[in-house]
Amino acid sequence: MNDLRHRIHHNGGLLAAIGLFIVMFIIYISNHPVGLTVAVATTASNKAVLLALVAMAQTLPVLTRGLDLSVGMVFILANCLASVIVIGTIGEGLLGITVVLGAGALAGFINGAIIVWGRLQPIITTLATGAMYYGIALYIRPGPGGDVQSDIADLATGQLFGVVPTTLVVLLVIVLIVWLPYRNSVPGRAALAVGSNEQAAYMSGVPVQRAKLLAYTLAGLLAAAGGLMLTFNTYSGEASAPIAGTYTLNSIAAVVIGGTSLFGGWGSAIGSIFGAFVLRTIEDLLFVFDLDPLWQPLFQGVVLLAAVSLGALRVLRIRNRLELFT
Amino acid sequence: MSEPKLPVSAFPALRFSFDRSLIIAFTCIILMLFGGALYSREFLSPEYLLQQLQISAFLGIIASGVMMVILIGHIDLSIPWTVTLGAMMATAFAGWYGDTGNLLAIPVGIFCGAMVGLLNGIGVAYLRLPSMIFTLGMNAVVQGLMVLHTGGFAPQDHATDAMHFLAVGRPMFGIPNALLIWVVVGAFTTFLLTHTAFGRRVYAVGNREAAAYLSGVNTNAVIIWCFVLSGAAAAFAGVLLAGYSTKAYQAMGDPYLLPAIAAVVLGGTNILGGRGNYLGTIAGVILITLLQSILAVMQMPEAGRQIIYGIVILAMLLAYGRGEINRK
Repeated sequence: MNDLRHRIHHNGGLLAAIGLFIVMFIIYISNHPVGLTVAVATTASNKAVLLALVAMAQTLPVLTRGLDLSVGMVFILANCLASVIVIGTIGEGLLGITVVLGAGALAGFINGAIIVWGRLQPIITTLATGAMYYGIALYIRPGPGGDVQSDIADLATGQLFGVVPTTLVVLLVIVLIVWLPYRNSVPGRAALAVGSNEQAAYMSGVPVQRAKLLAYTLAGLLAAAGGLMLTFNTYSGEASAPIAGTYTLNSIAAVVIGGTSLFGGWGSAIGSIFGAFVLRTIEDLLFVFDLDPLWQPLFQGVVLLAAVSLGALRVLRIRNRLELFT
Repeated sequence: MSEPKLPVSAFPALRFSFDRSLIIAFTCIILMLFGGALYSREFLSPEYLLQQLQISAFLGIIASGVMMVILIGHIDLSIPWTVTLGAMMATAFAGWYGDTGNLLAIPVGIFCGAMVGLLNGIGVAYLRLPSMIFTLGMNAVVQGLMVLHTGGFAPQDHATDAMHFLAVGRPMFGIPNALLIWVVVGAFTTFLLTHTAFGRRVYAVGNREAAAYLSGVNTNAVIIWCFVLSGAAAAFAGVLLAGYSTKAYQAMGDPYLLPAIAAVVLGGTNILGGRGNYLGTIAGVILITLLQSILAVMQMPEAGRQIIYGIVILAMLLAYGRGEINRK
């Protein structure tokens, strides 16, 4: 009994995000002119999975008390790269997918390497590498366009057995083969220790450097997976700085809504997935309630600001004023 | 008992001249000028140099504000839309109120930027949110406001004569007004940082906020003021940029965020706060402007420019901005 209470307490943020998402999704569906059909669910899932993947990517550096401002740029880079090389036969397409994911992981590894061995701050590093990745994306695709292997794209954005949106299955598979093994591995637990207190973690013999390197590398990989899904959705690539910026900001907000502490050491990527779903549903709600398009950017901005301000709840729990300054 | 000898304050200029980052930055500037001169003689002509200084003035004013925020160990990512906000509110105000509007347009633009800074400061100081995240959210909110403002009210967007005059006029010995304004802003910032109690508090908060708080410094007030100055400076630069390009337009501040932060950091200001001086920021601003100019002369496409930007910033930071090894 105590164990259950402990678990609920421990996952409060995650449960709140799931609850919020379910309530909002029910409101959305009940106001939708068509209602819950397979097509509506697939469209919603296809859009939500993009942000969910980028939010998962953002979670890993945040857990180590870092931040990756380049996730949006890696997302866009993968999109542009995929629109060039994921073409031809199915075999060539699959090879292209591997290359895109590898490029994302490499971009993440570069971030991690500069942060770990270069000993630079994560924010400034990822701001600078983000500019580089955007430049490369622009080099690959100066104007919007391109194509993608249509068999794979149709499969990835369709339904399995005619009912389950494939994108949800893809997300589930990624959670099962990337997040859960990572979470239970030594570097995964080390990442949480580093986020809580890097000095203490170092003194206890935790592999600090390996934990950080792996966190940023996996972040690049997940962001690239998101960019790949974007290509399957749009059948084209576009090097757009505004889209990259939006995804970076939304990913941070999703991480916060999902109950991960921005001060590191606490949270999970599964929470971030539901945080992303919540943000996506808010956008869909604006659509079904027919909000004036002119008001939408302001409304979304306020929602994001409010979401990240959830982190301020920490101030209420603090017993000693000096803890504020850590 | 002998007085402890502090290396600070007696001859600040002397101390600065031995700053490694400053030497590297100025060496790079000279190397770039001579490298450019090999490419075209124009690079060393007074006219070209004055023009570069005029363009760098806009970045310099933004960087002055950004530096205040970085010195207290925070960062202001709301710069892009604060610049746009300043430009748009100034031109719109001039359109709404005719002659009075023309007179008050510039102060109103700056005031709007200061208000954004105030909100940033409150969020960071009282809600204790990480500044990079709160200001990023603020940026989105201001963007939403500006979309609503330009779409809903169709305000005037062309600059007033005064704004145009301040940005491109050269009434005194051919020295651009924009450069003179940067000199004034720079002198004010230097005075604030080196000759006032507020400046000392800024460095104190940047070094260790808890220690500053226990010494009786109202750290929240220092944080809020720094963000207000940053917002005001960004909006002022926006007003001048509107004068320079004769109109205010969406996303006009977007190309200024990374260069401004880069200029401050390349100038030797510690990204974690507490260390840095204005001379370094001047060097950083000129360095970035020259780099942009040379890339433009070489007709480098946008893609290449972004990549070179990133590489240059990382290379300079790796040369002298590294953290300490984790060995304690």
